[in-house]
Amino acid sequence: MIIVDKEKCTGCGICEKACPFGAIKIVEKIAVIGDECTLCGACVDQCNLKAISIQRKKFEDVDLSQYQAVWIVVEIKDDKVRNVSFELLGKAIELANELKQDPCVLLIGNNVKRFIQDFSNRGAKKIYIAENEDLKDYHTETYSSVITGIISKYKPNIVLYPATINGRDLAPRVAATLKLGLTADCTGLSIKDGLLLQTRPAFGGNIMADIICPISRPQMATVRPNVMEMAVIQDKINTEIIEIPVKVDIQGLKVKTKEIIRGTASECGIPVCEADTIVSGGRGVGSKENFNIIENLASVLNAAVGASRAAVDLGWIPKSQQVGQSGSTVSPKIYIACGISGTIQHLVGMKSSDIIIAINKDPNAPIFDVANYGIVGDLKTVVPLLTEALKKRLQNNN
Amino acid sequence: MRFIVCVKQVPDTTEVKIDPETNTLIREGVPSILNPFDQFALEEAIKIKQENDEIVAISMGPPQAKKALLKCLALGADKAILLSDKAFSGADTWATSYTLTQCIRKIGVFNIIFCGLQAIDGDTAQVGPEIAAQLGIPQITYVESIEKLEGKKLEAKVQTDDGYKIVEAKLPALITGITPSSFEPTNPPMMNIMKANKKPFSTWTIDDIGGSSDNYGLNGSLTEVIKVYSPPARQQGIVIEEEKSEAAVQKLIELLSKDKVI
Repeated sequence: MIIVDKEKCTGCGICEKACPFGAIKIVEKIAVIGDECTLCGACVDQCNLKAISIQRKKFEDVDLSQYQAVWIVVEIKDDKVRNVSFELLGKAIELANELKQDPCVLLIGNNVKRFIQDFSNRGAKKIYIAENEDLKDYHTETYSSVITGIISKYKPNIVLYPATINGRDLAPRVAATLKLGLTADCTGLSIKDGLLLQTRPAFGGNIMADIICPISRPQMATVRPNVMEMAVIQDKINTEIIEIPVKVDIQGLKVKTKEIIRGTASECGIPVCEADTIVSGGRGVGSKENFNIIENLASVLNAAVGASRAAVDLGWIPKSQQVGQSGSTVSPKIYIACGISGTIQHLVGMKSSDIIIAINKDPNAPIFDVANYGIVGDLKTVVPLLTEALKKRLQNNN
Repeated sequence: MRFIVCVKQVPDTTEVKIDPETNTLIREGVPSILNPFDQFALEEAIKIKQENDEIVAISMGPPQAKKALLKCLALGADKAILLSDKAFSGADTWATSYTLTQCIRKIGVFNIIFCGLQAIDGDTAQVGPEIAAQLGIPQITYVESIEKLEGKKLEAKVQTDDGYKIVEAKLPALITGITPSSFEPTNPPMMNIMKANKKPFSTWTIDDIGGSSDNYGLNGSLTEVIKVYSPPARQQGIVIEEEKSEAAVQKLIELLSKDKVI
């Protein structure tokens, strides 16, 4: 319940402006909160007079002390551990140190013991193994039921999942089954007063929200790839290996995969959501053939090839490479936008990149508003020149 | 068959601007719209709908969210239910999915539940899978399109990290996703908007869907937003305009190495 203290409120109107939902109106010098209110709390933070408060039900007698350890759920793809898993471990170690608990890894899949060393030498204190032939491929039903069981039994304090296609499918299924809080797509995680403080963008990246999960355990979050630092290889520590026997039946699956169709290697070498560097092409590329220009620059930089929605819709590049609201949200170290004007839907998907470089004919293109560096010019001339120049430079560096 | 489409009324975040001086959200003049992704999901339901099939659009929201549901009716939904109660406000994804699940249970028989990819204000994509989990039915997320619907089976094209896959699901099932060929949601013709007002529309409160009040709204929420703020503004960049592309590239390389980007 949201309450305006009429004694304290002066009707200054700061809250009215702060409300993302337009729910507050100043009536006779008092803030009045309407039905649109979602209790998001934006006004509470903004009110200097502390006149607005949200009252929550108090939860008592919940014993949370039995929940210990910071866990990560590893994602394996094409017989390899996805880098995002090491990023999760890096963060988990930091959080676990702060809490004086153990950073732990859950390896789920078929024949996953071979990955133990990847995590033991990066600082995992305990590695839980859930291995089964039938866990070879990811299925929502099998993975969520196995993980639900393991979480109930071992009671971790925090569980982190990658915010990948599979992670975003799995985590909410587990959360709802166990009635747990879950925060999506976190870009920041820290410990505040013993709780996991989860920071995530919302409103198409226009606002940030800090979220806690005070009353249910484990505290769970999906974490955006490429944001956290990977756990580094360190001196051997004693890692405990715990094998968990699991029973899985894929015969009775209600959702079955009939066919898998992949883009060709040249089209999409590195998945965009995992790449350190992305070179993206838009409508300005002009044709499917011209995407070579983008691919050449990407290959020099060992980057992923991305695209705007326009380029995908024109059939120049597969949908899996699309960056933006209806594609992937990415945050690489370097994002190079070639011939992309920068619609709001595209910007939402890439504007948290560290460095943005834009090449566009139109000096008024919105992409230049978010770019750290820009060249006004035709990408078909500029990008090949840039490719050559970078190639030379990188050779000299080596 | 009965299809249930879960929709949300959202502020049009593409219209949101940031005040460059205070670095805060300018909310003024931002309209509330039917979440575009939910509209795409509804349109997919309409596409596969056969004679005698029924599409029910449901939404949790304040009374004015009726507008979003009227749009669903104008686009082709047959019935709409608005879940509106003070007790529902402040819901996080778990409490939202609980509320929608209670509504779906009350509706009774259904074959497919459709949810949009995600809402453009929250961007969580969690409510769909959370409903499926609570109902104990299979889910397919990141669906691009429905390829086939035969008997009690559904075939869908699903996005993957490096392409797509075709999956087959036993009904009832919940799907999320649906990416349209154009992101601009279309508006229904005037005629249909008038007809929409005559289609069955109900508003349900907590009394209609039952369940414990501890599970709704703020009380039922397991997560708590403690602070909302603007992200740090991006620094003004450098835009190079040169007659000759060679000179522009040269300049860029110099800047990149000076700033230690490369």
